[in-house]
Amino acid sequence: MAVSARMDFKSRLRIWLPKLVLSPSLAMVLVFVYGFIAFSVYLSFTDSRLLPSYGWVGWENYSKLWRLSHWEISLANMGIFAALYIGSCTALGLGLAIFLDQKIRIEGVLRTIYLYPMALSFIVTGTAWKWFLDPGIGLENVMQTWGWETFGFDWIKNRNLAIYTVVLAAVWQTSGFVMAMFLAGLRGIDNEIIKAAQIDGASNWNLYRRIVIPQLRPAFLSAFVILGHLAIKTFDLVIALTGGGPGRATELPATFMYSYAFTRNQMGIGAASATIMLMTIAAIMIPYLYAELREKR
Amino acid sequence: MRSQFKTITATVLALALGGDAATAQGDGGVEVLHWWTSGGEAAALNVLKEDLEKQGIGWTDMPVAGGGGEQAMTVLRARVTAGNAPTAVQGLGFDILDWANQGSLADLNAVAAEEGWDSVIPAALQKFARVDGKWVSAPVNVHSTNWVWANKAVLDANGIAVPTTWEEFTAALDKLKAAGVTPIAHGGQAWQEATVFDAVAMSVLGPNGYQAAFIDLDEAVLGGDRMKEAFDRMAVIRANVDDNFSGRDWNLATAMVINGTAGFQMMGDWAKGEFLNAGKVPGQDFLCFRFPGTTEQVIFNADQFMMFDQGGSVSAGQAALASAILSPSFQSAFNVVKGSVPARTDVSDEAFDDCGKKGMKDLAAAASSGNLFGSMAHGHAAPASVKNAIYDVVTAHFNGAYDSTTAVTELVDAVSIAR
Repeated sequence: MAVSARMDFKSRLRIWLPKLVLSPSLAMVLVFVYGFIAFSVYLSFTDSRLLPSYGWVGWENYSKLWRLSHWEISLANMGIFAALYIGSCTALGLGLAIFLDQKIRIEGVLRTIYLYPMALSFIVTGTAWKWFLDPGIGLENVMQTWGWETFGFDWIKNRNLAIYTVVLAAVWQTSGFVMAMFLAGLRGIDNEIIKAAQIDGASNWNLYRRIVIPQLRPAFLSAFVILGHLAIKTFDLVIALTGGGPGRATELPATFMYSYAFTRNQMGIGAASATIMLMTIAAIMIPYLYAELREKR
Repeated sequence: MRSQFKTITATVLALALGGDAATAQGDGGVEVLHWWTSGGEAAALNVLKEDLEKQGIGWTDMPVAGGGGEQAMTVLRARVTAGNAPTAVQGLGFDILDWANQGSLADLNAVAAEEGWDSVIPAALQKFARVDGKWVSAPVNVHSTNWVWANKAVLDANGIAVPTTWEEFTAALDKLKAAGVTPIAHGGQAWQEATVFDAVAMSVLGPNGYQAAFIDLDEAVLGGDRMKEAFDRMAVIRANVDDNFSGRDWNLATAMVINGTAGFQMMGDWAKGEFLNAGKVPGQDFLCFRFPGTTEQVIFNADQFMMFDQGGSVSAGQAALASAILSPSFQSAFNVVKGSVPARTDVSDEAFDDCGKKGMKDLAAAASSGNLFGSMAHGHAAPASVKNAIYDVVTAHFNGAYDSTTAVTELVDAVSIAR
């Protein structure tokens, strides 16, 4: 009896132990992630300004938010930035991966070089590119002192073009990482299929267009999701590179949210913009998660 | 979301560090949260620290770097929310009123009555240090923003006298431009553009219009023809800055005037410190004068130390700190180093240079004639939300996103949303 009871306890422990070990982290995630998300959403319906306060104002913060031209600018910038960033990173990453996949010499070294920018924080990237792009000390100045006096490259000081310099720095930082993802995808493709196609006389171009790239579909999907959420939460890069300027020309939703919630004493509007950003991310992530989970079932 | 999380992490860290500092200081000492971390500022604050240490009061320094104090305010918010406010915190304008209205500040009336603050501190400044008849903070200095700084050699070489009207000023700008000198040194950051706008708006709208627009937020004035003219003048100034202005820090713009590559800079009196550090002498190497058309007005912002409530009473350390801050000897010693002028009008101007003496005389005159106004750009006219809404419009217009007519419409709209 005693022995079987102990066995019983042991096996029960075996069942309960994983749950017991996981429960503190689950509780913390529930409070510190989902709890605070709920709190932010709640704050977006209140009259919070300097500190959180709990007077209910309904949709007022949202209607104010959508009347702000500042918010429109950040959304338009988000559109430009996200489209170009995701597009260029994917194209560059895929290109680099295909070139590296041609069984070239010193592939390991090249791969590391391309991947390296990912090791830097966005603050470092932003500061370095700020100096590089500054017409007074950077590329323009160097070109002019080397004798090419008509050379001009002042995008970072130009209200209409500054957002593209943010894209430039971000693409430099991330395309190596996308390359690594595609390279892994390429290595996963069955060599037999490729050899069969080559025997059938497929040109290199057709081989990639009709056989290899279609098989990279999962890699494309992960690249898109990772780049998509990186784009929406871009904050430090803008702060370091342009500070949101010239004027307010390179503000993104994340910098908008920070300034309203923490420096302008309009926490309600800041929370409303955070909620809208969350909804945007959810709109991208939920279909992806749904598709992923359904495939596994 | 990640950035928000980062901020939370940062504030939590600050909390943890701050908590240690508070327990380490023991009783009777003061813990001072401020953002005076640059050389001259830190030296100026050291005067106060030594003063207190002589009285046997411990000083726990809690500097949070960042020009306008935004980071310091974020840390402060976390400390107060956690119920562990520092004893004294550097504060500006409406931030002080906001904290007072939250009920977080101590009542300094006993110290104030003993030392007669009511009669020596200008009434316009008292609005930001007294809430509901209660003194809540101790003013350290008065900065004024409607100054123009000029390189005397450059002006002399081009035969330019100190301009007193807008027309003379634009004529001087044209002359400098023709001579190949950058007429105006300017840094393209929102607050710097707003600082220039303070003076320009005052020159166009006059004292009453300034009061109506930025303090009373009267939409008729904010959206009126005079405001459009103010924006037109901003466009003239924009046409007279160099191409590489955007994002430049204010002290680099000052350096352009010091080096003679630019003629004028419109900036608050903290710019004087840069000239002095470069070994320049006021009146000989550089000139300071009020922005043309605002010779009688003083647009001010003042640094103060808010005293946070420590369980219902003013601690001995706080009382000593407050009284040390307002003592004439400290006011003189500190402001000579900092470049500002004393917050009390009865301090001797002996130790000050020519620009400082002029600043003190202007302040006293403006205070008695009702020409002393809080600066919009530095949070002494309207709350932070309105201030930033005006920043948005001014900087967008300065960078060419709006013409003056659109800017005026946008201004009315932005202010109404932010109120």
